[in-house]
Amino acid sequence: MATPTMDKVGTDPSASPASPYITVTFRIRRFNPEVSDEAQWQDFQIEIDPKERVLDALHKIKWDVDGTLTFRRSCAHGICGSDAMRINGKNRLACKTLIKDINPEKPITVEAIKGLTVLKDLVVDMDPFFQAYRDVMPFLITKGNEPTRERLQSAEDRERFDDTTKCILCAACTSSCPVFWNDGQYFGPAAIVNAHRFIFDSRDEGGEQRLEILNDRDGVWRCRTTFNCTDACPRGIEVTKAIQEVKRALITRRF
Amino acid sequence: MSTESSAAIGSVEGVSLYDVDHPAPVIEPPRKRTGKTPKGSRTNFEMYAWLFMRLSGIVLVVLVLGHLLIQLVLDGGVSKIGFAFVAGRWASPFWQVWDLAMLWLAMLHGANGLRTVINDYAERDNTRFWLKMLLYTATVFTVLLGTLVIFTFDPNIR
Repeated sequence: MATPTMDKVGTDPSASPASPYITVTFRIRRFNPEVSDEAQWQDFQIEIDPKERVLDALHKIKWDVDGTLTFRRSCAHGICGSDAMRINGKNRLACKTLIKDINPEKPITVEAIKGLTVLKDLVVDMDPFFQAYRDVMPFLITKGNEPTRERLQSAEDRERFDDTTKCILCAACTSSCPVFWNDGQYFGPAAIVNAHRFIFDSRDEGGEQRLEILNDRDGVWRCRTTFNCTDACPRGIEVTKAIQEVKRALITRRF
Repeated sequence: MSTESSAAIGSVEGVSLYDVDHPAPVIEPPRKRTGKTPKGSRTNFEMYAWLFMRLSGIVLVVLVLGHLLIQLVLDGGVSKIGFAFVAGRWASPFWQVWDLAMLWLAMLHGANGLRTVINDYAERDNTRFWLKMLLYTATVFTVLLGTLVIFTFDPNIR
């Protein structure tokens, strides 16, 4: 799809030759417990500029075609992490995925992220995800008296955990993990990434506690190194590497 | 703008079984994490199991490939294997130790791998427990039986 506008004009007789719009089929997995106990695929054909994002297409469907379509989004610019969904079988943020990048000539499938309870359409229950996040204590733990000024840190010390500070808790990684699909009691990549952010922070003194938590049955040792999380992360965090660094820290601290 | 509804959602022969006051049960994933999820055992067992898989794997590459080479390739291949061949090899303590190490490492490596598979895929606690008990029983039986044979092997048995 290098030149989508010119290629697709012929398929849409109503559009003028200069129109950037093309007709795209969105195949969305719908679930409404107030209507049925089963999820179903539903097709929507809309005309849209392929340089727009999947989120724009969802808006167009919700606002102009079917107001019952339910999904989460807040900032719509890849920061809040509300609109992670499974687009063409891959976890992505709908607000960062351009339609031209995911082959709009075929139907584009959109479904809720896997491994969490679907409440309606694309909305899932995030409680188990945030429970795992809370369980790794994602906050600064220190001992002794508070300093009277900032807790200073060298640029190198800050660089050590820079990658894992980028997490927006969208759950794209955790809900792409095959271990998490089958056993949701596994902490999952996102919780480990956020533990990593504090374990390797030179100002933090709770690293040993967090390592102890991640050393357990549902901790880092369940990671099967499939790299699904690294592929899914919309912020480009090297998730599997972070998990690997926690494993290494555990081994080197125990021996 | 055209809509193409593949089917009206959920209407079973025109009448829906569910409405706002009686919603259908949501589709839950197996074993989700809650505030009551059991807290840790505070042991290093999982770490040792993970390390054991890596280390035993490296040793097994040497042991198993050497074993296959001797048994199946060198010196006439598989046709030479018989009671006399085994008796001749186990007369040497070196091959006794080789086979013993291979037996123990391969059995524990495989058993730990299956334990991981059970942990990943068994959804109910009862299923997990009994599958693991079956696995541990089979492993202990095989390891003990093999060890017994290696140490009590009598080449003069008739």
